[in-house]
Amino acid sequence: MIKSREELNTYRNVCEKALKEQKMRVLVCAGTGCVAGGSLDIYERLIELCKNMGLDVQVTLEKEIEHEGIGIKKSGCHGFCELGPLVKIEPMGWLYLQVKIEDCEEIAEKTLKNGEKVERLFYHDETGIYEKQFDIPFYKNQTRIVLDECGQIDADSIDEYIAFGGYKALERALFEMTPEQICGEIEDSGLRGRGGGGYPAGRKWIQVLGQKERVRYVVCNGDEGDPGAFMDRSIMEGNPHRMLEGMLIAGIATQAHEGYIYVRAEYPLAVARLRRSIEAAQEAGLLGDNILGTDFSFNIHINQGAGAFVCGEGSALTASIEGERGMPRVKPPRTVESGLFGKPTVLNNVETYANVPLIINNGVTWYRSIGTETSPGTKAFAITGNVKNTGLIEVPMGTTLREVVFDIGGGIKNDQEFKAVQIGGPSGGCLTLGAGQLDLPLDFDSLKKVGAMIGSGGLVVMDEHTCMVEVARFFMNFTQNESCGKCVPCREGTRRMLEILERIVGGTGTLEDIDLLEELAQTVSKTALCGLGKTAANPVLSTLKYFREEYIAHVVDKKCPAGACQALKTFKINPDKCKGCSKCARQCPVGAITGEIKKPYSIDTEKCIKCGACKDACPFGAVEEV
Amino acid sequence: MEQNFDMNTVDAVLLEYGNEQKNLITVLQSVQAQYRYLPKEILEYIADKMGISLAKIYSVATFYENFSLEAKGKYVIKICDGTACHVRKSIPILEKVRDVLGVSSEKPTTSDMMFTVETVSCLGACGLAPVMTVNDKVYPSMTPEKAVELLERVRKGEEDI
Repeated sequence: MIKSREELNTYRNVCEKALKEQKMRVLVCAGTGCVAGGSLDIYERLIELCKNMGLDVQVTLEKEIEHEGIGIKKSGCHGFCELGPLVKIEPMGWLYLQVKIEDCEEIAEKTLKNGEKVERLFYHDETGIYEKQFDIPFYKNQTRIVLDECGQIDADSIDEYIAFGGYKALERALFEMTPEQICGEIEDSGLRGRGGGGYPAGRKWIQVLGQKERVRYVVCNGDEGDPGAFMDRSIMEGNPHRMLEGMLIAGIATQAHEGYIYVRAEYPLAVARLRRSIEAAQEAGLLGDNILGTDFSFNIHINQGAGAFVCGEGSALTASIEGERGMPRVKPPRTVESGLFGKPTVLNNVETYANVPLIINNGVTWYRSIGTETSPGTKAFAITGNVKNTGLIEVPMGTTLREVVFDIGGGIKNDQEFKAVQIGGPSGGCLTLGAGQLDLPLDFDSLKKVGAMIGSGGLVVMDEHTCMVEVARFFMNFTQNESCGKCVPCREGTRRMLEILERIVGGTGTLEDIDLLEELAQTVSKTALCGLGKTAANPVLSTLKYFREEYIAHVVDKKCPAGACQALKTFKINPDKCKGCSKCARQCPVGAITGEIKKPYSIDTEKCIKCGACKDACPFGAVEEV
Repeated sequence: MEQNFDMNTVDAVLLEYGNEQKNLITVLQSVQAQYRYLPKEILEYIADKMGISLAKIYSVATFYENFSLEAKGKYVIKICDGTACHVRKSIPILEKVRDVLGVSSEKPTTSDMMFTVETVSCLGACGLAPVMTVNDKVYPSMTPEKAVELLERVRKGEEDI
């Protein structure tokens, strides 16, 4: 138990020293992605091999005894999920990719024993071989300040976090600043909420601090429900203490004594790591009563979500923590006045809290030197879809879409054409090549102007084979499922919009349907109760704006220009290729294919249900889609 | 299906988390973790012990997607249909798995109570899309064929889950 600032500093010195004793540090990625690829087996195997070779392995920081050794640890997500499992070797900065269990012996023998590289595991592409992580184009073009320690430290070790300078911001906030000063500094930094809307975090804190009611709460929104987003998951898994420190500072700044973290149930690893981190912080005396000998006390609880997207909305989230149905309520009063249990509440998301210690440690000027005037700092994005390098990235606000998709993402998979990027999940919109939006800076205000939003930061890249009407249908299906049903515009409106989109995708839509869809979309946006409903129509409105001709092609020509919509395909047998083997006719579930053996067969398009079984069955590639 | 439930385990859950309304979701999650669904008998018991009406408990239990009032299979398969998985073709995997197991969205559980097939909106493993999980173990970069092979291994008890 650390009881004072001096004791914390002494403890930090011990941790730093123990860290230095590790002449080599091996960081095996233990994020959800790499774990699925078998990284935990790699971790165990490396330890076993080292022990067999008589090497001194340290799986934790060994503070008591002084001796040199090799530290082998499970780190958080390094971000380059596409090429996982990843193993990083420090201090060399080498990054081994797509490591398999069979590679462990070579790594142990060459690298861990003799300090030599295993070149075949380095990143390589047409431009060359890259030894060091931060030389790889995927990393080189990023600015990692929030995610810097994700992948650099043992995610489960409070000692390593402290050795890397962790809880220094807490010290400063606790011993050198008043609550007003902390709030002021966060407001001056221009930090805006990373969860979607971009509301200034400092302004929220000041409003909570100014409330008459003395019981206040600090709530962390870790209900990252947007499909295609996993930034917050990676922070919770990779550097949980950074987030806890941010919440503690929010607690000091708003004079709150209780914090709640609301995490999606779909993130079991994040929940487990947070639990252990909270316990470790309590044991160290950094959470609990009289922190570092002051009269400040703070406790953090974890609440697991139960699978409701709408709980990402503030008032629904607090209702869910209270054990109720997670339904939003009418505002005002706002969360800062009457949030959790009816008390003033600071509600920010994971990434926002993870920014806070950086600002307190490095100051406002430093923070504002990154990003843009109105959106300072960086933003983490999850880049996924039809792009070469999928993963988790962090760039300064205002970086262009082109830099993200091409310089970092490496361009489109299989060298297809870039078509659009869907940003901000079901609440967001599309950015397209046609509208010249590749050079659009990614920041809160620029995106808002074009009808999209940063949202939580999911970036799904789409190539020319992606049908934008189908994308709109996909998101509408999602929102309609997740609508809580409290207000009519969202409950009924999303259902009707979904029906129309299904008709269009199914080939039975009309031009009137498109007009009706647009009208409904606008009405729902204006009249729905909460953010989920108000933004539900964004994917529709933005695809209608930029890809109206695709909608028209579906209803007028009954064609899907991207060739993606099954119902609008026609199957034909090419008589030149058909050998008359009858395989297709035997596979057809509806008997739509007829013909004579050894003569070309034909498909009755009236009977055909477009299941594609004939195409799969044909050994000669004679069945064609047109 | 008549079944006797050991209410002592429920008592232990209530003791651990407390009887207040704010702990209801956690209590339900804990019960579901044990039984893989929320048996009606236990909901009645909880209502009584926590002093919350059964209607209220039912309203919470039906609001959240993760709660199930029906028994689930031994292995719960979740096929991710988040955006990233969707654009990397998750639906053919879902269709294949349902086809092979003979289940549907209306009847998600196999008659032998081995498998339950569900979709999930995003597991946050988008870098590895398309993904599926079997009892929370994540399987990356799936195809319909790989999914069928996986089911076979699970059925034979060859998968470490």
